[in-house]
Amino acid sequence: MAYLRLAACALGLLLTGAAWPIGAGDRAPEFSLDDVAGKTLRLADFRGKVVLLNFWASWCAPCVEEMPRLSAWQRDYGVGGLRVIGVSMDDQLAPVRRLLAKHPVDYPVGLGDVALAERYGKVLGLPQFFLIDRGGFVVARYKGEVDLTQLEAAIRAQLRMPR
Amino acid sequence: MVKRSRFVKVFLTGFALLVVAARPAWADHKPASSIPAEALIQPADFAASLAASTAPKPLVLQVGFRKAYAQAHIPGSEYVGAASDDDGLKSLRDRVTALPRDTAIVIYCGCCPWRKCPNIAAAFEALQQLGFKKVRVIHITEDFGTDWVDKGFPTATGS
Repeated sequence: MAYLRLAACALGLLLTGAAWPIGAGDRAPEFSLDDVAGKTLRLADFRGKVVLLNFWASWCAPCVEEMPRLSAWQRDYGVGGLRVIGVSMDDQLAPVRRLLAKHPVDYPVGLGDVALAERYGKVLGLPQFFLIDRGGFVVARYKGEVDLTQLEAAIRAQLRMPR
Repeated sequence: MVKRSRFVKVFLTGFALLVVAARPAWADHKPASSIPAEALIQPADFAASLAASTAPKPLVLQVGFRKAYAQAHIPGSEYVGAASDDDGLKSLRDRVTALPRDTAIVIYCGCCPWRKCPNIAAAFEALQQLGFKKVRVIHITEDFGTDWVDKGFPTATGS
């Protein structure tokens, strides 16, 4: 019976075109996008690392406020295996480049699109984070303004996990 | 003493200019809290009004970011551009300028938490300045996903 319900749910999602919600325990959807420097960012290239995927935009105040902290985490925990990846949901790259010129960050940033957002279960508000473990599975999804101290604790916990 | 005082003045002026120049663009946006409470409508109430087939339908405009609109929006609503930038505001004004000033207009954004939304107050103000008297604003406290889609209210996709 449970299988039937699951199948009906999946069929419903398929028919409505709705995105499957991505959350803890799901495999993080693969992606490949160009960063602002023109280098290709592939999630698969970070397998074995703890990835903090940050959806943001240049006009999103809370997103921009968080960026110095994300940079600090990349500097402090990079050696331990953390990789922060910024995905901007701006319409164009120009405002992203302008913002990063004023406020440089220590992690790669690329321009996301609707298809990527759909694969991550729709990104309908910013900021959003996905914490992804070394095996490529989502540990947690954080929507809106999060307690960065709690998020940092979750990152540290992942970095301490046996490889 | 006079020299020192002039130096202090020049230093303070220079510092103030630097602070203003370094302010990110979003810091200058009018806060959503400036919108009067009587202009707000809660998502559940607006969803209910959409469901009521007899109620006259207002013009519904999304004033946030295009990539969110493409993923999910209120059925029948139109995307007019992010009101936090000049292009978006122009697009909003162009869309409504020929309409009678008693047209019922509902605007929404939901790009980010209400108190930090860069778009909604700018759009509301622009419509007020154009003389529209029946403007309501959907009070999306967290974001469109949390306060509309996750609540099961009707949603359409595509741009």
